[in-house]
Order: sequence, then C-alpha cells, then structure tokens
Amino acid sequence: MFASKRLGKELMKMQEHLPPGISIVKSENLEEWQMDIKVLDDNPLYQNEIYRLKFTFGSKYPIEPPEVQFIEIKPTSTEPPETKRPIPIHPHIYSNGIICLDLLSSAGWSPVQTVESICMSIQSMLTANTRDERPPGDSDFVSYNRRRPRDINFMYDDDNV
Amino acid sequence: MESDDDDFMSVASSADDFMGTQGSDDESLGDDFGDDFDGGFSKDRDIVATARKPYEVDQKVLSPEDIEREQNLQVNEVSSILGLPPESSAILLRFGRWNREKLIESYMDHPEQTLDDAGLGTNFESTPKAQVVSGFMCDICCEDSDDLETYAMRCGHRFCVDCYRHYLAQKIREEGEAARIQCPGNECHMIVDSKSLSLLVTSDLRERYRTLLTRTYVDDKENLKWCPAPNCEYAVDCHVKQRELNHIVPTVQCDCKHHFCFGCSLNDHQPAPCTLVKMWLQKCEDDSETANWISANTKECPKCSSTIEKNGGCNHMTCRKCKHEFCWMCMGLWSEHGTSWYNCNRFEEKSGSDARTEQARSRASLERYLHYYNRYANHEQSAKLDKDLYLKTEKKMTSLQSSSNLSWIEVQFLDTASQTLQECRQTLKWTYAFAYYLARNNLTEIFEDNQKDLEMAVESLSEMFEKPVNELANLKVDILDKTAYCNKRRVILLSYTADNLKKGEWLFNVKW
Repeated sequence: MFASKRLGKELMKMQEHLPPGISIVKSENLEEWQMDIKVLDDNPLYQNEIYRLKFTFGSKYPIEPPEVQFIEIKPTSTEPPETKRPIPIHPHIYSNGIICLDLLSSAGWSPVQTVESICMSIQSMLTANTRDERPPGDSDFVSYNRRRPRDINFMYDDDNV
Repeated sequence: MESDDDDFMSVASSADDFMGTQGSDDESLGDDFGDDFDGGFSKDRDIVATARKPYEVDQKVLSPEDIEREQNLQVNEVSSILGLPPESSAILLRFGRWNREKLIESYMDHPEQTLDDAGLGTNFESTPKAQVVSGFMCDICCEDSDDLETYAMRCGHRFCVDCYRHYLAQKIREEGEAARIQCPGNECHMIVDSKSLSLLVTSDLRERYRTLLTRTYVDDKENLKWCPAPNCEYAVDCHVKQRELNHIVPTVQCDCKHHFCFGCSLNDHQPAPCTLVKMWLQKCEDDSETANWISANTKECPKCSSTIEKNGGCNHMTCRKCKHEFCWMCMGLWSEHGTSWYNCNRFEEKSGSDARTEQARSRASLERYLHYYNRYANHEQSAKLDKDLYLKTEKKMTSLQSSSNLSWIEVQFLDTASQTLQECRQTLKWTYAFAYYLARNNLTEIFEDNQKDLEMAVESLSEMFEKPVNELANLKVDILDKTAYCNKRRVILLSYTADNLKKGEWLFNVKW
C-alpha cells in the first residue's frame, strides 16, 4: 500500500514529462518496471546504444531501495536490430547487468530518490566514464554469484568513476 | 541543561547513581587520553592493589545500566561545557569516538566545521516538533492531505510522521543502525538525534535503539569489551591497550564467571600472549591433522624434499617432481642397488645414511610440533571433559553426604578441587603452545620445571578425584592439600611467565 500510491504518483509525473534520453518501457504492474536510457553526450563507449534497466520494487519501497539492474536483449533474426539492448561496459557494471552503485544500497539510499532520479544518476555514471572495462573479477562474479544484488556487500572503494 | 527534561535516555539518571560512579569514571576518562605506555600499571595503582599478582590486571565489570549511566554522565558533561543540547552532544561524542578532550578542542577551534562533520548542522534555534503544514506533500509517500502530521529536523527536510516512522523502523530493526541514521532527505548528512527519535517511534523501537547505541559505545571505547559468553550482557572495563599485548596477557573475569582475554576476547589463554595464541590456533587448524598423517604415512624425497606417500608397489621410487630415483626402504640411490631389485637388504651404505640424516632433520621439526600439539590437545580434551566432571562432582557430593557424616559445607572441597583442575588444565594447555614458540635460554629450564611441577600436581589431584565415593571422605585432607598445592604451582608458573614477559626476557623462535 505504501509503494503503490508513491509509484502511481511517480508514473503520473513521468508520463507528463521525462528528462531527455529516458523512456518508460513497461510500467503496468507495481512490482517491476523497465526503462530505457541513452547516453546523451558523445562518449564513444556508449554511442548509438540504448540500454534497458529493470526496476524491482519491494513492498517497503521507497523506504527500501528498489533493485535495479541492466538487462540484455538480443534480437532474433526475425526481429529488427534496433531492439538490441546490450549491457553497457563500465568498471562498476558486471556483465550480467548488476550495478555497483552506492545510491542503490540501503546505506546510500534516500527515500526521496525516484525511478527518474535513479535513471539520471545511472546516465551520468555512464557519461562520466572513460574506461572501457568491466569490474575486476567480473567473470568469477558472474559465474558464481547467486545472490540478489541487494544482499551483496559491495565495496565502494572507487569514487572516481 | 537540566537533567529532568532530557528524555533522550531516561533510565537511571538519579543523583545517587551519579555519585556512585563518579570517582571511577573520572579515572576511566583520564586514562583514555593519557598516552603513556604504563597506563595499566601506574605506580599508585600498584600501591592501592597490593594483593595483585603479576599476571592479574585491574578490571571492572559493567552492567548495561552502568554503561548507560557512564554514557549519560559524559554526554551531560560535554553538554554543559559546550552549551549544546544533550542529544546533540551525544552525537558529537559518538562522532569523536568518545574522545572528550580531542572533541572539545576541535569544537573550540572550528565549531561550525566540527558540527557539520558530526552531522549536526549549525542551526540550533528552532525546537523541532511534529506539526501540520498546509499545502505540504510528503516526498516519500506523496501524501498531501490537509491534516497530515509532519516532522523535520533542524536541517528542514520535512516528511510526514508516518514515513519518518517507517524509515526509522527500517534502519533500526532491519539494518541494526542507530548512531549513524541520517535524515531521509537525499544527500543530507544530518544525524537523527535521540530526541527526534523518541518523538517519532514506538517504545519497543526506542528500547532497541538504546541497546544499539550502548553497543556502539562499548565498541568505540578501547577500554571496554563485551563479555563473549553466550547471553551475557556485561562489559568489562580494563585499561590494557592493544599495543601492550606483547608484554601482558590481560585475563579478566566477568560477573557471569566467564574468564576471558581482554586483548582478543578468546577464553583465558595465560600464559601465552595473544599473538602467539593466534599463530598457534592457525597452525593447529592448518596442520595438526595433516601433520599427524604425514608423520605416519609419508617420507620425503632425499633430493628435493617433496613429501611422498607410498601407497603400494615396489621400493623403487621415482620422485614425480625431480625424477630422483631412490629406494623407499633405505632412502639411498636406486642405482646403487645393483641387482638386488625390489628388495632392499642393504645397511649403512653412504648415500642411504646421508639421505636418512637429512630426512631425520626435517622430520624433527614436525615431531617437535607434534610433541607440543599432542600435549596441548590432551589438556584441551581434559578441559572439555570438565563439564562432565563438574556434574559428576555434584553427584559425588550428594552421595558423599549421605554415605558419610559430612555436611554440605564439608563436601565443598570436591567442588573447589574440580574448579582448580579446570583452571590448571586450561593453563597447562597454553603452556605447551607458549613453549612451542619459545627459544631456549636460561629461563626456559625454569619454565619447564614449573610446567612439570604443575602437571604432576594436576595429574595426582585428578587421580584422587576419580576415586570411588566411599574412599573420598578419607581422602579429604589429601585432596585439600593437593588442591592448594596445584593452585600454588599455577600461581608460581603464571607469575614467572608474566614477570618475564613484562620485562621482555623471553626469547622466541618466531617473529611477532
């Protein structure tokens, strides 16, 4: 009940106006939304790509942060190539789409944050990046991690990216 | 600040309580900031505590109420010095990890910076209270009804009381957070103070919040440690510092009767210092089983010292690693075996005896470890049986009472004997870990004599103790004597090691 009223309001506001490069893909139910984001400047790492974010809301949203990760979509031969959604390359984004971002942890989360503000933060996280690399230990993490992103204790040891 | 309007920590702050702990508390504060090495054994302390043995340390046990009282005392003091509300002073003190002097100094030099860093903000004019604000919409739940009750701390970030409450409940109950709960607003580092908290949450959460705060207080203070015994709520106050641990083994006793090391919170491990204990436990975990097996089942390659297990087959060994060919029986070169294939009946060929000497040397260090480990493990095993022993003792005491004409008081000697046995075995156990790391010098011989004396005394007491009940009554005097003797030997051993540890007289075969 807590989440629904707030998400309803957020949706209404976003349907009226959205910042550039952000669009709603799926928002029918109040458990999972999908958003598409684009990097607006000419950062060569992310040129001409669209990325898809999946938001999963718990019943305690927005007291608790939502679970946010990138999802990958590979178009089949019958689908148009524009529907492709890769996982952006970034030293804080694992190749399975899990994002290591302080803002999304319970310690860094503020209930005032919204889906829109999270999208913008991730947008700017990509914009600012110049490193064409995955986090250290990406392949191990991707093959062994069975935990949900919220249960992982990331070390936010690098504030520069 | 008047003490009757501070409901931030309302338990037990009557004048009597304050008087009761004043003296000792001043002491604890003073020591906290003194940086001299002998904080724990200053001269006046030695004069006061004349009966203290070299291996004992000054200590005080604190109940949760004592801890809260100690906190309040310091909070009120800082509050009156700085002229800030107590709930703000509490946040400041927690920020400064209860280092009062340093905190006051920093506040005097840069008041605004200090308040800001601590998450307090500098605006102290308004007194926050819950209120209805017209035209307000809560940024968390998007509720905007006209009678919505709202709250904002001094930072001005206003949310509805309901959301605030949910937020705090989440932090306290789910995340176990208390001292560092920030304003729900984005990027606002204002810490939620205890006064705001008690306005907003229900009493069960307030209770939990206080418990968590007390926990951080004990964790923050170097001179306090929780008793590690299960379900024990007490903390121990002791002034032995981390850097002194190479010279002292600070065993403390909680009011729950648990003996533990103030340095590392493990069970009492006198006479071995914490660092050696850690090394020893690690070594035992890594090596003991393996070492036993290696010693029994393997030999080393005479050339490259790789450990080799012979799991059947002939005596002609080819080392997998260095391809050295040798005979499993005599360890000599296989090429010297001539025609006596697959059967070694040679004795005292040079290559074989050299290889065996080399082998013996490397085995010796393994054997040395096992020597100490087996004795250590033996006493540990006996110590584990202590619980059974104690229960048996009680039964023995009851049956001894009925079978002899001794009274309850008169059979207590068995209880004392049992406790002595437990303590002595614990000590003996650690003497072996200590001895493993000890390099020989003039002191080791005395140490080993002490160890032997205590061990013999313990074994003979142990033997008497296990006699059938009908003989026990007649052994009473002997058991009493032996118990006293064991205790005396233990005191001598511990005093001797502690004294020399303090003076840095022991030589060790490892760096630590």
